[in-house]
Amino acid sequence: MPETRMRTPLGRAIGLGSAKEGVQHWWMQRVTAVALVPLVVWFVIWVIILTGSGADRAAFIAWLRDPVSAAVWVLLLIAAFYHGALGLQVVIEDYVGNEGARLGLIVVMRLMALLGCILGIVAVAKLSLGA
Amino acid sequence: MASETRPLSPHLQVYRWQLTSVLSILHRAAGLALAAGTILLIWWLVAAAIGPGAYAGIRDFLGSWIGLLLLFGWSLTLYYHLCNGIRHLFWDTAHGLELPQVYAGGWTVLAATAALTAMSWIIGLIHWSA
Repeated sequence: MPETRMRTPLGRAIGLGSAKEGVQHWWMQRVTAVALVPLVVWFVIWVIILTGSGADRAAFIAWLRDPVSAAVWVLLLIAAFYHGALGLQVVIEDYVGNEGARLGLIVVMRLMALLGCILGIVAVAKLSLGA
Repeated sequence: MASETRPLSPHLQVYRWQLTSVLSILHRAAGLALAAGTILLIWWLVAAAIGPGAYAGIRDFLGSWIGLLLLFGWSLTLYYHLCNGIRHLFWDTAHGLELPQVYAGGWTVLAATAALTAMSWIIGLIHWSA
């Protein structure tokens, strides 16, 4: 049997190989998308209700005092920011040609997404556990 | 540079606008808008956590006509990205990829977006007046 290799001689010589990530990015985009499907409808209706003239901060807090609501909020924040970071990464990779700028933007975007997510979770925790 | 004299592939403006490409472009644009919208979402949450004064500020902004317009645009954008995202998940199963089905799915997404947005605002407005 002759040895069959998919890799080119140049590819072998450079030796970078794959990044061992495979379909991780693509797959997690789908997983977070599926998680967000039921969360989004619930969320939009609540946001509209809470911005109404009759609703004040007490109504918001009462909503987050319910442990199930608070847990769903945290789940939503994690799934949304994860999904958003994956999507923004693809957009940056598509339109930013310069490799340094591309890498830098991705790192800054990811840190911003992490910051937003943590800010949201801390705020939900504070409102839920007593503000 | 030699690369500047090379012929380029046809640019977007030579193509007639069609549902397939418009919905695809809108999906990415909606994703970008929603990412920007998370800033407002986190501002809202953090203001509530800070205290009544901070919360009153953001609530007055969201309750103003500019705020309500933003909120309506946000709900429409989110529902579009949601519905078209479900269409993408369906495509991932290698179903519905024939051209007539792609068009039928596209119109379904637009109808579902309008229906979900209308439903959410009707429910929300009922609670406002209650």
